[in-house]
Amino acid sequence: MTEEKTREAIDTGLRLRDDIALKKETNFKQMLKRLAKNKLAIAGGIVFLILCLVSIFAPLIAPYDYAAIDPVNKYMRPCAEHLFGTDQFGRDIFSRVIYGGRWSLTLGVASTLVSTLLGIVVGSIAGYFGGKVDMVIMRFIDIVQCIPGILLTICISVALGSGIVNTVIAMSFGGIWGTARMLRGQILLVRESEYVEAAKATNVSSFRTILKYVLPNSIQQTIIGACMGIGGTISAISGLSFLGLGVQPPLPEWGAMLNDGRNYLRYYPNMLIAPCIMIALTILSISLFGDGLRDAMDPRMKD
Amino acid sequence: MSALVELKGLKRYFDTPKGKLHAVDDINMVFEEGTTMGVVGESGCGKSTLARTIIHLQQPTDGQILYKGEDITYPNRKQLRKLREEMQIIFQDPYSTLNPRYTVEDTLKEPLVLSGQYEKASLDKQITKLMDMIGISGRLRMAYPHELSGGRRQRVGIGRALAMNPKFIACDEPVASLDVSIQAQIINLLEDLQKDFGLTYMFVTHDLSVVRHISHNISVMYLGQLVETSPSKELFAKPLHPYTKALISAVPSTDIDAPRQRIRLKGELMSPINPKPGCRFAPRCPYATEACHQPQQLEEILPGHMVACCRARELNEDLLAKGQEGEGNV
Repeated sequence: MTEEKTREAIDTGLRLRDDIALKKETNFKQMLKRLAKNKLAIAGGIVFLILCLVSIFAPLIAPYDYAAIDPVNKYMRPCAEHLFGTDQFGRDIFSRVIYGGRWSLTLGVASTLVSTLLGIVVGSIAGYFGGKVDMVIMRFIDIVQCIPGILLTICISVALGSGIVNTVIAMSFGGIWGTARMLRGQILLVRESEYVEAAKATNVSSFRTILKYVLPNSIQQTIIGACMGIGGTISAISGLSFLGLGVQPPLPEWGAMLNDGRNYLRYYPNMLIAPCIMIALTILSISLFGDGLRDAMDPRMKD
Repeated sequence: MSALVELKGLKRYFDTPKGKLHAVDDINMVFEEGTTMGVVGESGCGKSTLARTIIHLQQPTDGQILYKGEDITYPNRKQLRKLREEMQIIFQDPYSTLNPRYTVEDTLKEPLVLSGQYEKASLDKQITKLMDMIGISGRLRMAYPHELSGGRRQRVGIGRALAMNPKFIACDEPVASLDVSIQAQIINLLEDLQKDFGLTYMFVTHDLSVVRHISHNISVMYLGQLVETSPSKELFAKPLHPYTKALISAVPSTDIDAPRQRIRLKGELMSPINPKPGCRFAPRCPYATEACHQPQQLEEILPGHMVACCRARELNEDLLAKGQEGEGNV
């Protein structure tokens, strides 16, 4: 009898503890918690946030106008008045770098976002449905990828003309296919797993299966790829600007500044280094944040 | 007892670059309501494909599947939705059968929501009930699959299958990747559930001792074809097909004194791609004759005991004679 009572007591005890454990926490909250534990990711996020804020409040921070020409003070080395020196027209590089984020960050993030999202859609359709759908999409991607990326972007830019929106379209079109191809490969692996079959057997719709089963388990590399891609996109935009297609001078886009600075590398490296630092900061911070985000999204990483 | 699911000449072929792969070839089977049909055979003989074809995860190439006497071989969308609620599957590998991003609750909740039988308010209760049924402590409700042991994962997999209140469950080697003590737990759970809900199981396995324990009837498959089907006890007492004999002789026994004659099969499985007509076991069969290269018919030699072997009668004269005597005595 006593034994039974003890067992009952243990059971109730367990049940009480169970009830406490039952307190619900949404997946999203759990994800944020895991993210908060990752110091590097938080640091990356904060740096990126600062970069964004600096670009938004550029007029308040920048000591000079980004387009103000001062022929007397050109090619200045960094000094108290001009923190990063001045360029070949005597424009203050510090101010230009601060303003530059407005175009570089917007273009870089927007193009990468658009191309990644479209890449995810195309890649998941090809990967999940397979068969003929996959065949058609993949052959199309083969064809598009035969054209050198920069050439494709230039063609589209020429057709659409310059401007922020057009540059985003031109830049993102080239990026879709690489993402799609990579994601498709990942999805092919996940698609064969039994839990996807189980989803099918329990009447889960294709759309929901892709969204809840396939993508969360195959998207990690895509997120990292996208974060890295932002840096690549910013430097690619400079190429467009160089051809007079992307951002037009005198707008201080970082890539364009990089291009300008290249010619004076030997004598005035500050012209090159300043935008380089900004681009590097951007890429580093986004990569760290993206890395942390990927880990946080994976419940298996819970410690 | 009536037949819940019936297979008539069911075929499932796969197109491969080398030709047609006969994964499931001309299978006739009857699943009586509330019983367990064990399907045994070595790996690659089409057992799993058969299970997946029955519950429509694979399209049958030819033949018929009857459910409660109704032809459901090629269901339309609406029928399929309904069927999926009545016919479920339990998978083999507990490590890949659960979505790594779903908690136990998510996994069990989804089929409940999709079935549309439950109101939002009663969902929580129903999940608790399900977890009780499969023996998963409420403490694990918010646990992710990687936090569970293999046995618990398999329980969650069973819970997901049960959530829709199915009548028929195809168990695709549900205990093959669990250790023996957990195997016993899972099998007992399956048996309890069968008693409580009158479930019909198709129990696919390569483990004869498991199948002997759980099944009412057993079907033996070889390279996509049915070679023998019989009530469980009788199959072990009187295996009639040479392949079944070899299989049963391979089961280890705890009785040291029992006379054992291990039948060792020679040769390899023939390729399931474009197989020759005739008995597929013939190249490895010690009793094969010319007649074996003709297509074999499934023949009812003893009541409820069917064999696809043209030499079954002459090879088993002693067994059959014994059977007659035994029945005469009863």
